[in-house]
Formats: sequence, structure tokens, C-alpha cells
Amino acid sequence: MAHFKKKQASTKQEVPTTAMPDIIFILLIFFMVVTVLREVELLVRQNLTNAENIERIEEKRLVSYIYVGPEILGGGQFGETRIQIDDALVDRADFRSIQNVMRERRIDEPRLIVSLRVDEESEMGIVSDIKQELRKADALRINYSTRRTAGTDVSM
Amino acid sequence: MLKKKKSREGAEVPSSSLADIAFLLLVFFLVVTTIDIDTGIGLVLPPPPDPENPPPEVRERNMLKILMNAQGQILINDERAAVRDVQDRVITFVNNRGVNPNLSESPRQAVVSIKTDRQTRYDFYIEMLDEVRGAYREIWNMEARRLGYRDFNHFRDIHGEANDIRREFPMNISLAEPDPGN
Repeated sequence: MAHFKKKQASTKQEVPTTAMPDIIFILLIFFMVVTVLREVELLVRQNLTNAENIERIEEKRLVSYIYVGPEILGGGQFGETRIQIDDALVDRADFRSIQNVMRERRIDEPRLIVSLRVDEESEMGIVSDIKQELRKADALRINYSTRRTAGTDVSM
Repeated sequence: MLKKKKSREGAEVPSSSLADIAFLLLVFFLVVTTIDIDTGIGLVLPPPPDPENPPPEVRERNMLKILMNAQGQILINDERAAVRDVQDRVITFVNNRGVNPNLSESPRQAVVSIKTDRQTRYDFYIEMLDEVRGAYREIWNMEARRLGYRDFNHFRDIHGEANDIRREFPMNISLAEPDPGN
């Protein structure tokens, strides 16, 4: 007598998931390394200007930022142009502190790059004053932070 | 009578939720990450002035003086000019090689000086600086093409960052202290 055997698929139906945690861990580590948590709260406006012939800062850990722009007063209002280093605004009368801060940082990191993040509507006078202080502090490598004009490559 | 020891419970940490934890962390970092590359115009400031070692004098003809006032108007060697002219003027100036007696003697000696007023807007100044840098980039590209390369990037990929073109056509940009203006 014929005996009918129920046919069964010989392969398993599931996708193997044992490697999933590993894959996720690798992704996790990638994003952890790439992430730079914003370490300062901006107190001045930063509408950076565009430029075409710019370069990329490869070593972010060498960079110290100086923010320049109109002070954010809240409610969409902007005050006078101010300078911010880390979390604090620098007084116009206290320009020497820029020099002191940068000199100290240069002792810690001799290859320091000072990135000037200047709002487009600032005037050159204040930028020049900062540059003079940086020269006195011997922090000579600077970078005018700009955005890239659309359609250009970053390699100068 | 000795009691037979019970077999110990397994000492493993439960790891079934590991993937979930990793997932949560991953999502957190995915959300937080902004992969923005820092770009800008890099330059090196001159050291503070030293009264014993004054900077070397530059002959008048080797200096292209670009002035920009508070309104964004431009003077190149005391002539009115527009921003779009700057690039061409810089290229002719650098590549003059002694032909025109008012322009540079050689690319090595050529210096472009940019001076602004204190009231000049920063974005105008950057635009100008960008034009001058663009001019140098064009000069380097021309030279690289003359030597049989595709462009300067191609040349640099082969010969490195400190290469002959950069030595022969150094980007000498002098950023003078701004005038107090009025």
C-alpha cells in the first residue's frame, strides 16, 4: 500500500540572527566615535559666510573655537557684536583674556588651531583685534570658518 | 552522611537583552550625530612684530595692494575694481615675470596685500580673500596642466602637499591691519 509521506522543506525558514548584536555593536561604536556632542551653548549668532576655495580641518581635537557675532537676546532680537570663548562672553575691555586663554591652550597643545567662527555681519575691526591678541599669544594657526558654496569641492 | 552537592546554577549573565540595549544606544547616537565637517580658510598669522627683526622690505612692484573700504568698494593698486576682476588681476600680477614694469618680477616674490577698514563687513572680506585664493588655485592648475597633469589636485596626489608648484608659486597673502576708518 502506498504510503504518503508529508513533504517537508529541508531548509530552516529563519534568518540567522546570532550575528545581529555584533553588527549593531559595530554600528554603535562607529557612531560613538563619530559623534561630537555640542559642548558649548552659543550665545552669539553664527551665520557663517560661504566661500569656494576652502579646506577641511582634519584634526578636530587641535581646534579651539572663538565665536564672534551679535549677541542673542531672545525673542529673535540681536544685540551688539560680542566674542564668546567656551561658555562665556568676553568683555570688550578684557581682550587680554583671549590672549591668556589661548596661550595656556597652546602650552597643552602646541599644534593648536584657532577657528574663528565669525558671523557674516561682523566688522573687520573686532576680527583684527582678536588676530592681534592671537599673535601675542603665539597662537598663529588660525582658520576662518566658512561654509562651502554649493557645488564646489573642499580641497585647497 | 554527606549530602550530595547540588549542581550550581549557571553563572551566566542573561544576555538576551544585549541586542536591545545596543539598539537603544545605537539609536541615541544616530539621532545625536551630526556629521558636519569643519571647513574654512586656513592661514598662519605672522609672529608678533619684533623691533630688532623688521620684516623684509618688499619692492613696490612685487606688491599687489588691494584695499577695501567700509562700503565694500575695492581699489587694486589705487584703481577702482570690482570683486569679479580680482581673480584676473591677481593672475596677471603673479604670472607677470618681469614683463610689465609695474607688476611682479617673479611668482616667488609676488605678495598680495589685503587691507580693509575696521568697518568693512566680514563677509565682503572673506569674499575677497576667497577670490585671491581662487586666483592662486587657478595659477596652480595652469601650471599643473602645463606639466602634463590633469589639474593641481592630480599633481598634488602624486607629489604631496609640499610640492614644486607650491614652492614656485607660494601663496603670499599679507593681511594688513585695518585702517581705523572714520
